[in-house]
Amino acid sequence: MTLDEMKPGNECRVAKVSMDGVAGQRLLDMGFIPGTVISVIRNAPLMDPIDIKVKGYMLALRRSEAKGVEITPL
Amino acid sequence: MSRSSDEILVALAGQPNAGKSTLFNALTGARQHVANYPGITVEKKTGNYRFDGQKIEVVDLPGTYSLTSYTQEERVSRDFLLHEKPAVVVDVVDASNLERNLYLVFQLSEMGIPMALALNMMDVARQRGLRINIEQLSHEVGMPVVPTIGNKGVGIKDLQKAIDQISKDGSAPQTSLRLDYGKAIEPVLGRLEKSLSEDVILAARYPLRWLALKLMENDSEAHRLVSEHATNKEDILSNVARERELFQTEHEQTAEQAIAIRRYQIAGGIVERCVKREKKERRTLTDRIDQVVCDRVAGPIFLGGVLFLMYYLTMKIGGEHVAPWAWKYWSMLRDVIAGLLPAEGLIRSLLLNGIVDGVFAIMNYLPIFLILFLLIAILEDSGYMARVAFIMDRVLRAFGLHGQSTLPMILGGVVVGGCAIPGVMATRAMKDQKARMTTIMIVPLMNCMAKVPLYVLLVSIFFKEHQAVILWFMSLITLAVALIVASVLSLTVLKREESEPFILEMPPYHLPTITGVLRRAIERTWLFVKKVITIIVAVAIVVWVFITFPGLSKDRAAYCDDQVNKATETFMKKIGENNPYAELLAGPGLKEFGRYWDHYKKKKMGAKGKEAKEALKEKFSRENPEFFKIVNKGKGLDGEKDQYAKAAYAAYKKLDKKLKRLDTARRKEVVHVSFAGSFGRFLEPVSKLAGFDWKVNIALASSFAAKENLVATLGTIYSIGEEAGGTLADTMARDTAETWTPLHALALMLFVALFPPCIATLIMVRVETGSTKWMLFAAIYPIILGFIIAIMVFQGGQILGLTALQVMGFLSLFVFAILAATYLAGERSAMKKHRTVEI
Ligand SMILES: Nc1nc2c(ncn2[C@@H]2O[C@H](COP(=O)(O)OP(=O)(O)OP(=O)(O)O)[C@@H](O)[C@H]2O)c(=O)[nH]1
Ligand SMILES: [Mg+2]
Repeated sequence: MTLDEMKPGNECRVAKVSMDGVAGQRLLDMGFIPGTVISVIRNAPLMDPIDIKVKGYMLALRRSEAKGVEITPL
Repeated sequence: MSRSSDEILVALAGQPNAGKSTLFNALTGARQHVANYPGITVEKKTGNYRFDGQKIEVVDLPGTYSLTSYTQEERVSRDFLLHEKPAVVVDVVDASNLERNLYLVFQLSEMGIPMALALNMMDVARQRGLRINIEQLSHEVGMPVVPTIGNKGVGIKDLQKAIDQISKDGSAPQTSLRLDYGKAIEPVLGRLEKSLSEDVILAARYPLRWLALKLMENDSEAHRLVSEHATNKEDILSNVARERELFQTEHEQTAEQAIAIRRYQIAGGIVERCVKREKKERRTLTDRIDQVVCDRVAGPIFLGGVLFLMYYLTMKIGGEHVAPWAWKYWSMLRDVIAGLLPAEGLIRSLLLNGIVDGVFAIMNYLPIFLILFLLIAILEDSGYMARVAFIMDRVLRAFGLHGQSTLPMILGGVVVGGCAIPGVMATRAMKDQKARMTTIMIVPLMNCMAKVPLYVLLVSIFFKEHQAVILWFMSLITLAVALIVASVLSLTVLKREESEPFILEMPPYHLPTITGVLRRAIERTWLFVKKVITIIVAVAIVVWVFITFPGLSKDRAAYCDDQVNKATETFMKKIGENNPYAELLAGPGLKEFGRYWDHYKKKKMGAKGKEAKEALKEKFSRENPEFFKIVNKGKGLDGEKDQYAKAAYAAYKKLDKKLKRLDTARRKEVVHVSFAGSFGRFLEPVSKLAGFDWKVNIALASSFAAKENLVATLGTIYSIGEEAGGTLADTMARDTAETWTPLHALALMLFVALFPPCIATLIMVRVETGSTKWMLFAAIYPIILGFIIAIMVFQGGQILGLTALQVMGFLSLFVFAILAATYLAGERSAMKKHRTVEI
């Protein structure tokens, strides 16, 4: 499952960043490290981007980027 | 960079929004951007302070999450550290977000420069119930750690002391922080480092372990360094490629993933050992605010409210109250300057009509800008801007824009009445270079305040019954065209610009500080004044020359003078020789009286209330009791009647009218024969296609300096003056009655809407894009686009025999159909990207 499929209000654990290039590197830099627990807080009014809590801070990312994060729901 | 050797160079690095600029200001007392918006500082800024008699030069680096070579900021920061070799790097760390910040600490330390940590935002960390063991942390990272609260100035002295200490020992405290990348990576790093060390140049220039790491991360800049400097670059690079491949097959992840993971593991360990959470994690105020502000329904409403408030405060309060109020003082200043200039002649005309008026036309907007910049600073500092991007991104990105394009577009005037200059300036906060360039290119298509007077003028003449509809149509159609243009540009000429993934930190809300907000608003206003005024002066001179020279031919000038003389003679005859005032008004006396007359009329118009009027009369009577009797229709201050004075009044009133009419006629003729006039007529055969005659051409050309010239120049050309009676609208209506149709007006409005940005905006485009080429592009494409649309409207309407309103209807259908198509195309290409990502 990938992060963009998560519903707001749920938590999950990062399995792997499957994207490479800028977006992949940026996701890693921002703390999408395997094992990290992240929670999906909300969707933007038009469902995209999504608001995520990771490592104690808030991050907005587009669904196209969220697709690059493989997760296991908790 | 020239630095005297006794200066110590200190670099402030850190993640976006950690408080670097705040600490920079606290350290140096210098001015600098401070913003609660991730990554506002794009360029580095310098300042200095003295400590113990030692001069310390501080550089504020742009905020970066990491030190890859993927983004401009990261490259800037990295290049600076690598090539300028500062004596000390102070890494500003957000204490409330330690883990992610440590990730950067490690990378900085690998660059081999003596370091200190400024553990900033201690108040926020404490409030969240985080207790950080400073000593332990300092031990773990192997460098001094100084707790600070940047915006309260806490810990600044200690930080200066620490910097001093490190620069004195010059020791490398980071030797103790040597990240262990573990069994998988260390051996590879060792091998690479060894092969790199065989290259003398590389070994002398760069920290080799760092270079080895970067090569393993497949960093393009590191590759470049090697291929530029290494003697056996092929060997090294092919070796790296082999190691990377090997690693990937063996560990089922790329080396850069493994490296990032390892850094976070170590950061996590340090946080676990150094940070105690005293309170349970609770919902913060930020969370609660976001619940409303980012809500599906409430969010957009709130955003609309904020934007409306901004619009209201700047355009309504600022534009309709503060600016006119300030204008009183500007015009007083202008009059003072006018008084200092030579009384007559070309020089005066150049200085006053060219330069002074040109500058003041722009200064009129200063209060509006100041209010606008204050509001933006508040929004930026509060952290709300990131939420605006969050809400708007979905809509805008289909057109190659970005959530962060919202503010620049609003400022430019999506709702009628903005200004492209602050709009273009506001794009600085955008990180996605491609979206940023696209935004800069379309902001000038919005409806700035200075375009509005022309709309109002034309609408009031040609579309009396449909005023509101037309204005709505104008703002919607320009928005639609701008979005289409954005789409097209981002898919064509801007295709190659660097794009960034939308991964945007939503910083916690801060209460903006007054000093921070004021400082930034004033800084920006000042930047505007400085940049713009200088150029405006130059342009004003050019425009003035173009509409003044070559001037009337001798014959025509003589003829005009003759007319004036004749009128004066008639006047003298009318009052008669036995009028005691005749002598007073003869020769130079008449000129003097003329000035007195104008001055009195002007003051009288401005005087409100009985008392003010009485005071005014007294003042003028004191100045010249004879003149006063005349201008006061034959009555002295004491109310005593004087029929001679009354006769002089009646005669002069006629003369005044006549002289003003002659003057306007003369000016009109000057424009007609001027370079601008020739130019306008030269273009007429082409511009006629869109229905513009040569007069309109001149007005359009003059509006290049500043858009408000448009109506003013039309005014000059269409011979208005109070003597003809009525407003510009009336005179123009009269003058254009036979030749103009609403279709002409519509074509002109559309052309002006899309017409190139004024010079001031172009300068900002130059500043923000850093490229003359793009500035020229921003100037030229709107002319072509505007002209095409104007021709379409004008010719289409004429050939098909449609009314202006019908044409508007068709144009709307046409434009919105294209808009829909672009939107869908944008969506499709986004989907495609999506899919390639999956593979
Ligand atoms: N509560 C608190 N706020 C702070 C502190 N230091 C800075 N701020 C605020 O944090 C916000 C961001 O500060 P900046 O100095 O602009 O951050 P920066 O690191 O320069 O950010 P970029 O230039 O975007 O990378 C501002 O609103 C500051 O007023 C602090 O110690 N405590
Ligand atoms: Mg900054």
